[in-house]
Formats: sequence, C-alpha cells, structure tokens
Amino acid sequence: MSVPSAWYLVLAAVLFGMGATGLLIRRNVLIMFMCIELMLNAVNLTFVTFARLLNDIGGQVDVLFVLVVAAAEVVVGLAIIVALFRRRAAATADDIHILKG
Amino acid sequence: MLATLSAAMLADTSGQALAHASAWAVFAVGAAMILTGAAGVILLRNPVHSALMLVVTLFGVALEFIDESADFLAAVQIIVYAGAVVILFLFVIMFLGVDRKEAIAAEPTKLQKPLAALMGLVVLVEILALSRVDHWASGAPAQSGVLNGPGDNVQKLGQAVYTGYLLPFEMTAALLVIAVVATVVLSKRSAGSPERSSQGDAELSGRAGDPEDSEVSL
Repeated sequence: MSVPSAWYLVLAAVLFGMGATGLLIRRNVLIMFMCIELMLNAVNLTFVTFARLLNDIGGQVDVLFVLVVAAAEVVVGLAIIVALFRRRAAATADDIHILKG
Repeated sequence: MLATLSAAMLADTSGQALAHASAWAVFAVGAAMILTGAAGVILLRNPVHSALMLVVTLFGVALEFIDESADFLAAVQIIVYAGAVVILFLFVIMFLGVDRKEAIAAEPTKLQKPLAALMGLVVLVEILALSRVDHWASGAPAQSGVLNGPGDNVQKLGQAVYTGYLLPFEMTAALLVIAVVATVVLSKRSAGSPERSSQGDAELSGRAGDPEDSEVSL
C-alpha cells in the first residue's frame, strides 16, 4: 500500500512539538495563537492517520469538528486580543500582567 | 527512502509501483512544506511572515490529507484554514499595526528560551515514547462506518455526520452562533469605557496622533 502510518504519526508528533516550542518561545500573542493552530493541525493529521489505520470514518468526522472549534476559537481569541490592544497597545504576553488579581 | 523507492520500482514495474512511489513523493513534499512552515512560524520575527509561513504548513497538511484519501477534509482545510483563519490573522495583525519586528533581545527572563526549547523536546520525546509502550490502535471494528467501502469520501463522511454524529453536528451550529455573539460583544465598545491611553500608543506604535486613528476609535 502507500506510506506506512507510522511516518504520518511521527510527522504529526514533530509538528506538535514544534508548535509547543513556539508557544513557549514567542512572546507575541498572535504568533502564540498561530502555534496553537500548528498543534491543532498536528492532532488533525493524527486523527486522519488513525482513520485510515482503523478503516473508520469517525476519525475524519472528528477532524471536521476540530476544524469548526478551531475556527470559533480563533474568532473569539482574536476578538480578545483586539479588546486587550484597545486598553493598552501591547501585543506581547508579558504586557498582559494586568490580568493579575 | 530513495533506495527503498528505487527497489520498489525494480521489484515490479507495474502501475502499483508507480502509485507507491507517487504516494511517497506526495508525503515527502507535504512533510517538507509542513516542517519548513512550522519552523518559519516560530522563527521569523515579522508576524506577517509568520502568518504566511502558517499558510505553507496548512497546505502541507492538506497534501497529507489527500495522500491519506481524506479528499473532503483537504478541501475544507484549504478553504477554512488558508482561506478564512489566516486572512483573519493577517487582518488583525494589520488592523492593530503590530506588523513590525519583535524586540527579541529584550528578554525579561534569562533562561526562558533554552528552557522552552528543552520543554518542546521533552514533549516530542514523550509523544514518541508513549507511542512505543503500547498498541494504541485497538483494531476494534469501525463504529461509525468504514472508510474504505464503496462510494465517495464525501458521501461516506456526510452519511456519518448526518446519522451517528447528528447531535454533535447541531452543537457545532450552536457553538458558532455563540462565537459570533461573543465576538460582537467583545469588540463592541461600551459608552463609558476608557479610550486607549495615547501615551503608551505614541511610544509603541507611533501613530497615536494621526487623525485616522482617532476616527477609528469612534
């Protein structure tokens, strides 16, 4: 058959690791958001791979739901960033310490 | 990989070998795009460049979806992610005027970068190690329909969504409505709320004084 599933799973793991690293390294909130998208895509790739591995359409349906939730999350998250930016012109995570109680 | 490719090509020169080789080629191209894009997202200084590298990664993931016979999801991936989500990112980046280089040298904590890289490595090793210790694929028969049966990918996916997954599907509709309402509420400016402090703006974005800005903030 085609490419073995393990290759896809390792690729997804590497992508997830890069997303997690980026989330920790970067301070710009927008880029941290993009790193979360990277991690979500890694999980989607895993879902599709297991759908093929187990011959089950459920994995692909799950990816559809992850896509919907990711879109909703991006919309709300960016609205929060815009609202924060209105209060103070700050796009880095360090500047949001006003949330501290 | 090239050796196995050529070995497979020599073993039998039928169309099957060609399909095998092309699947590997698509996988390799997609993997290269995914890794290049991810590296670009986390390393490039300019947020606009990061958003464009995110598009490269998303296209790579769509390629892998096609390689794994998830045709519909590949199309949705490009339409929703590359078409809507990244555009939204770029819109917010340019709307807020943060499309300038990040002051990477100004680090409040010394060890943060190396510790973060170490943490990412630990995450990767953990995932790979966990995948080795047990068989996560149970081999149980499909509950929600088979993937490799007769019919289109879109047809089977639609059948699964509108039968077994009907309630979650309806809940996503509610979720989207809630997200839209939340966005409107979050971005609506209440009458008594303070305007953005012009002092910090002048330092950080350098355009607090221009008339366009005050027009927008009405």
